[in-house]
Amino acid sequence: MKDYLVLRVVSKLLISLMILFGLYVQFHGDFGPGGGFQAGVIIAAAIIFYGIIYGLPAARAVVPSGLVEIMIASGVLIYAGVGVAGLLLGGNYLDYFVLDRDPVAGQHRGIFWVEIGVLITVAGVMLKIFYMFAGRGGDNRDDA
Amino acid sequence: MMAAVTVVIAGQRNLFAVVILGGIYSFLMATVLVALDAVDVAMTEASVGAGISTVLFLGALHLSKSEEMKPLHKPFLPLLVAIATGAALVYGTLGLPAFSDPDAPIHRHVAPRYINDGPRETGVPNVVTAVLASYRGFDTLGEVTVVFTAGIGVIALLRRLRGRGKGERS
Repeated sequence: MKDYLVLRVVSKLLISLMILFGLYVQFHGDFGPGGGFQAGVIIAAAIIFYGIIYGLPAARAVVPSGLVEIMIASGVLIYAGVGVAGLLLGGNYLDYFVLDRDPVAGQHRGIFWVEIGVLITVAGVMLKIFYMFAGRGGDNRDDA
Repeated sequence: MMAAVTVVIAGQRNLFAVVILGGIYSFLMATVLVALDAVDVAMTEASVGAGISTVLFLGALHLSKSEEMKPLHKPFLPLLVAIATGAALVYGTLGLPAFSDPDAPIHRHVAPRYINDGPRETGVPNVVTAVLASYRGFDTLGEVTVVFTAGIGVIALLRRLRGRGKGERS
């Protein structure tokens, strides 16, 4: 699909907006609908869109496969790490009240990092599955 | 409308059309969820069900034939099982409390505490986020671990297949 001028131009416009919307969903999840899962999927969809238009190698150049694998694991580690941080600061596992002097601010901080962890893992897994499926088609995948 | 889409999906032999109709079904489902005031779930349904899984199905379709094979058996036994299960589920819904009944058991257990104390205790106006990330933090950790395990499983399965495919070709 690299040869379609309209798709190329429109996708360049849309992908930046998609990533921006993903970040909005992520960080505004406390106040409106959304959160880590949705934002992760939206950001992964933006990169998958890029991969469909420009071909898998281009997408792999933007987000390398190794980085995606690191993302898959590090998201879970961040989530679990928030729990461990709560333990070290004298609370129970996944207790956010101890993360800050003010319990409500601590809750905010805990939810923020937990959602970041969810975002990273979900985006990583979605991208990895797409890479794996698309990569199996071989070289003719670019025109699909 | 959703029923019509389902009937068309069941009758359709062209898998490409089935994938696209599946996406349409997901979008209709998302609008139903919005109508039920479950905006978070609707967003997930629209992005995962209609977006990502459609793309993944198309990717899988690219690897296989795009026409469904003729069924080997008569569809009457599966049809019977499906109808029986559906009837059992409909029978089960008769025992549920009426829609948006404030005295339903689910609204009297922990929900009032979440709704009344959640914003004060967590400072998060969106109750769904507060419950998901804070009160039910362990469950969400489990969910993330499930997603992680799924990703690892896909890597383990497909990477080995890909390596073998390369070996055969060379």
